[in-house]
Formats: sequence, structure tokens, C-alpha cells
Amino acid sequence: MTGPGAKSTPLQLGAPRISADQLSKRAGRHIKERAIGLSLLACALVSVLVSVGIVTVLLAEALPFFEAVDLSDFLTGEVWTPLLEPRHFGVLPLVGGTLLVAVIAALLAVPVGSLAALYLAEYASPRVRKWLKPTLEILAGVPTVVYGTFALAVVTPVLQALLPDVRVFNGLSAGLVVGIMILPMVASLSDDALRAVPRGLRDGGYAVGATRREISVGIVYPAAFSGVLSSYLLAISRAIGETMIVAMAAGSTPRLTLNPLDSIQTMTGYIVQVSLGDTPAGSIEYQSIFAVGLALFVMTLVMNLLSQRVKRRFREAYS
Amino acid sequence: MSAEQSPSQAAAFTADSARRHRKDRFFRRLARCATWFGVIMLAVLIGGILRDGAGSLSFGFLDSFPSRKPAIAGFKAAIWGSLWAVSFTALFSMPVGIGAAVYLEEYASKGRLVGFLELLIANLAGVPSILYGMLGLIAFVRVFGMEEASFMGLSLPFGRSVIAGSLTLTLLILPVIIISTREALRAVPSSLRQAAYGLGATKWQCVRHHVLPAAMPGMLTGVVLALSRALGETAPLIMIGALTYVAFIPETPYDPFTAMPIQIFNWASRPQAEFHHLAASGCIVLLVVLLGMNGLAVWLRNRAESRMP
Repeated sequence: MTGPGAKSTPLQLGAPRISADQLSKRAGRHIKERAIGLSLLACALVSVLVSVGIVTVLLAEALPFFEAVDLSDFLTGEVWTPLLEPRHFGVLPLVGGTLLVAVIAALLAVPVGSLAALYLAEYASPRVRKWLKPTLEILAGVPTVVYGTFALAVVTPVLQALLPDVRVFNGLSAGLVVGIMILPMVASLSDDALRAVPRGLRDGGYAVGATRREISVGIVYPAAFSGVLSSYLLAISRAIGETMIVAMAAGSTPRLTLNPLDSIQTMTGYIVQVSLGDTPAGSIEYQSIFAVGLALFVMTLVMNLLSQRVKRRFREAYS
Repeated sequence: MSAEQSPSQAAAFTADSARRHRKDRFFRRLARCATWFGVIMLAVLIGGILRDGAGSLSFGFLDSFPSRKPAIAGFKAAIWGSLWAVSFTALFSMPVGIGAAVYLEEYASKGRLVGFLELLIANLAGVPSILYGMLGLIAFVRVFGMEEASFMGLSLPFGRSVIAGSLTLTLLILPVIIISTREALRAVPSSLRQAAYGLGATKWQCVRHHVLPAAMPGMLTGVVLALSRALGETAPLIMIGALTYVAFIPETPYDPFTAMPIQIFNWASRPQAEFHHLAASGCIVLLVVLLGMNGLAVWLRNRAESRMP
């Protein structure tokens, strides 16, 4: 029986009585305990405030935009020229640019990251693993603006040397660098999921004479698939929300295209472009970034929720 | 095995087994290459940045303000601006983040509220940083379009100041701090708490004198890593309008400021190649500072591991 609510029992006969002074001290301590508990609760509730804040700000600032622009025109329009007359507010070119970059990033990070995770979890010796995994995780700590500089200074020139019609700003370079950025996330989270698979499953494989590859690919990977898939979804969500790499390397030409060598623009890239200029608050360009932000918020939220649900829903419970 | 194997079956088995092991070796090599791909990319990134940036890195670069002339432009305002912003971010985020984690881990009874808060925190950790910038722009820079006012030394709205930037970064790293602090608190053995209660300690006395000191190294590791994330963030600061041309060091939290990532972005987006080299030099400085902070985090973690059973 402990804790703040525990009452002190009356003392035994013969023991010294509690003085009034001690009693008031005890009451003071009780009030202090309550106050501390409440202020800690207040700290925890800041998360609620932030969540409500983000949604409110996006909705409140995007609302005037949707009074001027029809919601269905926004969602299905194929031309995005908010800064030029005649103005068109069709968000599809921006969404297309975002998805193009995210798909390129995923095409790089998912296979390479999964193989790296299988190597770390199934093949690497503990000694190699001990330094290889932290080294990979350094990649996750590199600031995105450094990745952007890297894309412009190294990746784009290399691509231009290899392929003839690569523009200075292009979706391929941005997508590849975003892929390198999310690679450690896929590798590290998938590795955690693979290592959570109990040893008995592997031993069963060895007992029937399977090779290590057959066990990794045929037993461990499927057994850990919920965790692995959840890491893919989380990484793709990160790629969708990535800002600096695409703002620096992908260009600022909203274009609905599948050609990764062309200059494009993503949703985040557009938001950065507008906030770098001096657009007055209240103008339609200013409001449009909140509408795009709202669409971005919904896209990443759906991916994150999906990732959490997949992890919980399809988890194989091993005891 | 029911029947005796014929010699041809045995040969087929041996050939098949050799094929399967060849596949295994090939797969092993492929997976190792994939792992090394990340390491090699890290090396290429660092090499590329050093190639472009090492030439223009000098004491003058660290000690000069930005300029239109690349030869005399420097990183001073950005370094000091980042220092100001990260210090205030630490000041704001540590009490709130650790307080929230202590509440969730030590005080709250596992129920609907905790489940709900956990869901919120997990999702907040996945919100793109640029959206935090939009929140900061409205909530801190403009304070919801408030007229200028000042009371008790606090002037509102904050405008494009250090304090608005720090508050925005605080909201951004709060989920990270809460998640890592909870892990550190969970690693404290419950026997420690029971011993404190056994001596008649109240909840807060137990947390304050026993749980928090024991969890301190782990908590600090998480805080340092979160702050290094804040140091590298660019997009939220662009949103709240941190300036790109600042030729002074902030003197109060209400002064406008620039930060290392903003200055790098600004230089990298100019057309002249000389500025691209300055951007790479800035990247070197930023990476060295981050490396120092990560080293500190690793040191704290090792210390924690050697002390805790």
C-alpha cells in the first residue's frame, strides 16, 4: 500500500503522538503531490494541444481557399498554375510529383533495405552487426539539407553523365537521394522485426535441411512480414513528407508526368517555394499552401495509421 | 526414409543440394552488397561534401557574416543563430517532454487516456516537419493574427524571432523526447521504486530522488539525439520565415535569426558555383557539430549501460 493516496494508519499505543506541526507538514506534502501530478498531466496533454493545433490551423487557413476554388476542381484538376494568369488550382501535378519521388525512393529503399535487414539479422556475425547497424543509422541522422546539397553536387552530375536528357532539376535525382535517406529506416526497423522471430522457427528449418537463404526468405521474412511491411509504409510516408531534398533537387515545375528525368514539383516543394517569396497573408497563393498542406497531412496520416494497423493486425503471436 | 535410395536418386540429391547452396552463397553476397550500399553511400556523401567544401573552409569562414561576395561570405550568423535556437529548444522541450513521459510511465493508470495519448504521440512523430512549420507560423509568429501587445516583458506576437523558431522546433521534437524518455524510465528496475515506497517515500519523492537519477543517462541520450534533429531541421524554419540574410548575432530571444541549415539552403540555391562550395563548407560544419552531439549521446549511453545492472 504505497503511493500518493495511501493513508497513514493511526500509530500504535505507546508510540509518540504526531504533533500538529507534523500533521500540517503532511497535509502540505499531500497538496504538493497533487499539484505535481496535475502539472505532469498538463505536460502530457500538450500532445493533444499540438494535434488539435495542426488540424485547426490547416483547416482554418484552407477554408477561405476552398471558398474561392471548388473542392472537386482542386482534387481532380490537372493544371497547377497558382502564380500565373490564368490561374488553375488542380493539385494533381503536385500529388503526381510527390508520388513519383516516393515511388523512386521506395524502389531503391525497399529491396536494398530488406536485403540489408536480412543480412544484419540472419547472416552477419554479432561483431560485424555491432558496428554495421549504427553506421547505417548515421545515414538517418544526416540533415535533409545536406542530402539536398549532395543531390545537387554529386548525384545530378553523375546522372547527367550517364543519361543524355537529364535536366539540372529532376525527379530521379531527388527520388534516389530520398531513397538513400529512408534506407536506414527500412533496414533498421525490418531488422528489429526479423530478429523478433523466435529461434525455434529457424531451427525447424535447419532440421529439415533447409539452407540459410531458404530459411531467411521462406520462413523468417514471412513470419516477420507485418513488421517489415509496417516499416515500408512508414518509410514511404517519410518520403512523401520529405521537403528539403525535393525543394532543392526536383525543381519547381508542376507537371503531371511519369518521366523522372524532367523537372517536377512536389507538394512540399510548392509550400517552400511560396513561403520563400513574399506572398501577403490572406492572398489566394498564401491560402493555397494550407490547402496543399492539408492534403499532405491526410496522405501521411493515412500511411502512418496503415503502418500501425498492419503491425498490430497481422502480427503472428509467438510465445 | 522408407525405401533404399538408388544411385541416380543420390546423384540427383547431391546435384540439387549443390545448386541450393550455390543459391545460398549468391544470396549472402547480394545481401552483403545491399548492406554495404548504405555504408558506401555515406562515404560518397561525406567525400562529395569534403571535395566541394574543404577548399573554402577557413577561420574567416567561421567568423564572417554572409555577403554578396562569396570570397568574404561566412557562417558566423548561422552558427550563433543555431546555437540560440537549439538552446531555447532544449529549455522548452526538456521539462515538457520529460514531464509528459513521467506522467505516462509513472503516474497514469493504463487506461483509455494513456492509449489515446500514445496513439497521438505516435502519429505526431510521423507528421512531416513542414506542417509543424505551418503550425508555428500561425501559432507563434502571428499568434493567430494578434495585434501587437506586451505584458510582463513578453511581447506578442513573437514575429520571426528566435523564440518563435525554438517553440516550433520544440513541438517538432516533443514526440521524440517523450518516446525515448519513456524507454529510459521503463529500463529502471521496479525494485528501486518498491524500496523507496518501503521507506515511506511519496510518489514524487520516489520519482524525483530515485527513478529520474537512475534514468538520467538514458534520458539525456534521447534528448541529445532529439536536439541534434532540431539542429538539422530546415523546412519548419523556412515556414516561420527565419531570414536568409542576417548580418548580426541575435542578442535577445525576440531578435530575428538565421540558422545553419537555412544558410546552407540559401547558398545551395544560388546559381554561382562559388556559393555551392560555401554551401558544402556549411554542410561540413553542420556535420561536425552533429557528429560531436552523437558522440556525446553514445558516451552517455555507454555510461548508462556500465552503471545499470
